Amino acid sequence: MIPDARIPSGPLSEKWTRCRADLSLVAPANRRKYRLIVVGSGLAGASAAASLAELGYEVDCFCFQDSPRRAHSVAAQGGINAAKNYQNDGDSIERLFHDTIKGGDYRSREANVWRLAEVSNEIIDQAVAQGVPFAREYGGLLENRSFGGAQVSRTFYARGQTGQQLLLGCYGALERQIAAGRVRMFTRTEMLDLVVVDGVARGIITRNLVTGEIERFGGAAVVLATGGYTNAYYLSTNAAGSNVTATWRAHRRGALMANPCFTQIHPTCIPPSGEHQQKLTLMSESLRNDGRIWVPKAAGEERPAAEIPREERDYYLERMYPAYGNLGPRDIASRAAKRVCDEGRGVGALGRGVYLDFEDAILEQGRQTIEDRYGNLFDMYERITGEDPWKVPMRIFPAPHYAMGGLWVDYHLMSNIPGLFVIGEANFSDHGANRLGASALMQGLADGYFIAPLTVGHYLAEVRPDKADIDSPEFAETEAEVRAGIEKLLATKGSRSVESFHRELGQILWDECGMSRTAEGLAGAVESVRKLRAAWTEDVRVTGEAEEFNRSLERAGRVADFLEFGELMCRDALTRDESCGVHFRQEYQTPEGEAQRDDEAFAHVAVWEWQGPDAEPIRHREELDFEYEKPSSRSYK
Amino acid sequence: MNFELKVWRQDGPASKGRLESYRVEGIDGDMSFLEMLDVANEQLADQGIRPIEFDYDCREGICGSCSLVIDGVPHGPRKGTTTCQTYMRHYEDGQTIVIEPWRARAFPIVRDLVVDRSALDRIVEAGGYISVKAGSGPDANAIAVTKQDAEIAFDAAQCIGCGACVAACPNSSAMLFVGAKAAHFAHLPQGQPERLKRAVMMVDAQDEEGFGSCGNHYQCEAVCPKEISVSYIAELNADYLKAAVTTDQLATLPPKLDMEE
Repeated sequence: MIPDARIPSGPLSEKWTRCRADLSLVAPANRRKYRLIVVGSGLAGASAAASLAELGYEVDCFCFQDSPRRAHSVAAQGGINAAKNYQNDGDSIERLFHDTIKGGDYRSREANVWRLAEVSNEIIDQAVAQGVPFAREYGGLLENRSFGGAQVSRTFYARGQTGQQLLLGCYGALERQIAAGRVRMFTRTEMLDLVVVDGVARGIITRNLVTGEIERFGGAAVVLATGGYTNAYYLSTNAAGSNVTATWRAHRRGALMANPCFTQIHPTCIPPSGEHQQKLTLMSESLRNDGRIWVPKAAGEERPAAEIPREERDYYLERMYPAYGNLGPRDIASRAAKRVCDEGRGVGALGRGVYLDFEDAILEQGRQTIEDRYGNLFDMYERITGEDPWKVPMRIFPAPHYAMGGLWVDYHLMSNIPGLFVIGEANFSDHGANRLGASALMQGLADGYFIAPLTVGHYLAEVRPDKADIDSPEFAETEAEVRAGIEKLLATKGSRSVESFHRELGQILWDECGMSRTAEGLAGAVESVRKLRAAWTEDVRVTGEAEEFNRSLERAGRVADFLEFGELMCRDALTRDESCGVHFRQEYQTPEGEAQRDDEAFAHVAVWEWQGPDAEPIRHREELDFEYEKPSSRSYK
Repeated sequence: MNFELKVWRQDGPASKGRLESYRVEGIDGDMSFLEMLDVANEQLADQGIRPIEFDYDCREGICGSCSLVIDGVPHGPRKGTTTCQTYMRHYEDGQTIVIEPWRARAFPIVRDLVVDRSALDRIVEAGGYISVKAGSGPDANAIAVTKQDAEIAFDAAQCIGCGACVAACPNSSAMLFVGAKAAHFAHLPQGQPERLKRAVMMVDAQDEEGFGSCGNHYQCEAVCPKEISVSYIAELNADYLKAAVTTDQLATLPPKLDMEE
């Protein structure tokens, strides 16, 4: 059922070179004959749309925001990795590859990860040429920092707004192609379905979010760059609009979904303050470079932080992981925070928080240095919590942040549906069971600037698709189903708000499919999600009309998809009887409480096939071969 | 806390708008301004009233979606803060709060508090980029950039494209937005080849979109959530002037853009 992953033969370090040499090309004069669809305008989508247009293809690009510049990549703070070795600290493509494979706990494809590390250097060149104002040293050359579990300094950054600056680079490239007439940009337009004709992706059905108009768009290929799904948890660091709809609806049309339970919980977010809260705000984990994380040694401690003497504080990350200290990978830092809070040692009003303390850093390096590095983050913290982090230590707590899972793709980033490409966070490809800090921006741009533009071209050259006929029965049927879905939501006229369902789903997933999972809890969660979905069908209240600006309807469509997707997350976590990376099953841990992998039985990608709304999906496996990197215990001690 | 809201309601671009009064109850000081509006909308839904439409997305002050004029001030009372990061702890219980959309000829109202800001994208389309194809850049360290220039470029590049500068300006000018974009590139060596052309193209695009001219009121800087300096407008004006008297730059411009000014 899973197609061949098309991993090139030969030594790891030559695979991408060989693949590129073997790719078929479309002649420049023929490229304008192809219209391509790119859904999403974040780092992956905007860079792909711009790069494909630069090559000469006609591109239709879609985003649900009012401008492509607002895609959620804009919020990434910390930085972007690359194997430049500008710091002469021993970095290399090989080392970035090794760190990424190990960080992903040996659940990603070696060939993809090597290519990612290889392409990383080109991304930095591209971004600098576009005018991305990365941090510089006094000599005028680029500055790097060590970030999120790396022992070399390979992270390029633009204060705490690296995602914004990289996105503005892509957005500029995209606007340039819009001006050139090669990209038609459709803002405030949401993809609601994929059109598959004779087993091949040929277009999408969209809803204009201003007028409610349903439209058909045909193309020679469809590229999904629609981001991640951690808003399934309701409270996450994602933007309010981030959703699973495009990838989920493609899944329902036959695209395989891989490793949906691999969801990263980011360790440094501002803790929730109450029920009403709609999102959690992340603070760059670069804060961990200088901040020390601690909780009181005693449970039930009530004194303010300043009155707790040092010997009564537990700097637990430094204690448990002396080699990495406060800089360990995200999954390990998050789980440790949960553990100390479960022991009753959490701080803050809800007991869900740990201190991130800059007292020592200020004493050692001076306030000015810390202010230069983190001034904007300190301001942000003060704005949100009303507390001054120069006077009292920050409180942080983990929050859902990034989806390693996503639609299955082969080495060409094409799904099992020919002509459907999936790039950036929307695919499953490179991060295994855990993503390292500053690697999401790297992957989104690698896919969009340097991989998809070539592999999409190869597909076109090989298949030579004819012009998509949007009057075909397949387009008509898919559109009719989209319309029926909208009518059903509006016709329910129940009593419960869309938000209340989403909140309840989020609570189930957070409790049972979050940082720590059990077979029993997950089996129960599958049932709870099904019950919740049944209640939704009966009782959801969606106000307004189909053919108008209607946020209630927009949100309802997305939550309906989360209600189906959430069940698959739980099933995936339930059937992976091991702990790896972010997926921590309580039954599978070492005596020290660390994740225990089972490489015999689970060194594979779980690949799910849709069977219908109430039928059990089929679980396929793509075995992972580790030729180069022998799986070892992932110790950060 | 409870509040009296006076909210601009307008069904569509062609409809007549009016301020409607609503009472919102049970608000906590730790709620953001947008979360307060979420609660207000749930309470309106219970009364069968159409929800108040407003733009939002990241809710952490960086995407530039949110766009409310609160008691006459774009993004409300807190300096250097977007609406989504304004918290209700800064308001008094029982206070009346007036909420209106960005108002400018170039920003037609879509519905209620939602406006169409695509004119800003079209200004960028006119030249707010460095023309470089994927893969054609030299090694990233091939060209040194002084730390000072990189910092100034970054300060300008922080613009989130929200349009508060336009909403605050008595002339509805977008010159702070244009100045920030131009300065971002003007302070980098990579931005030099297209520098003057960019200045002309973007300024002319902002005029064509129906934004007014800068009258040095500095309201834009006062409300900018990223506190971008009006000095960038002066730099842009200097480049625009320079373009008008530099013939080799004019040769690169399309014929319709002869420098009348």
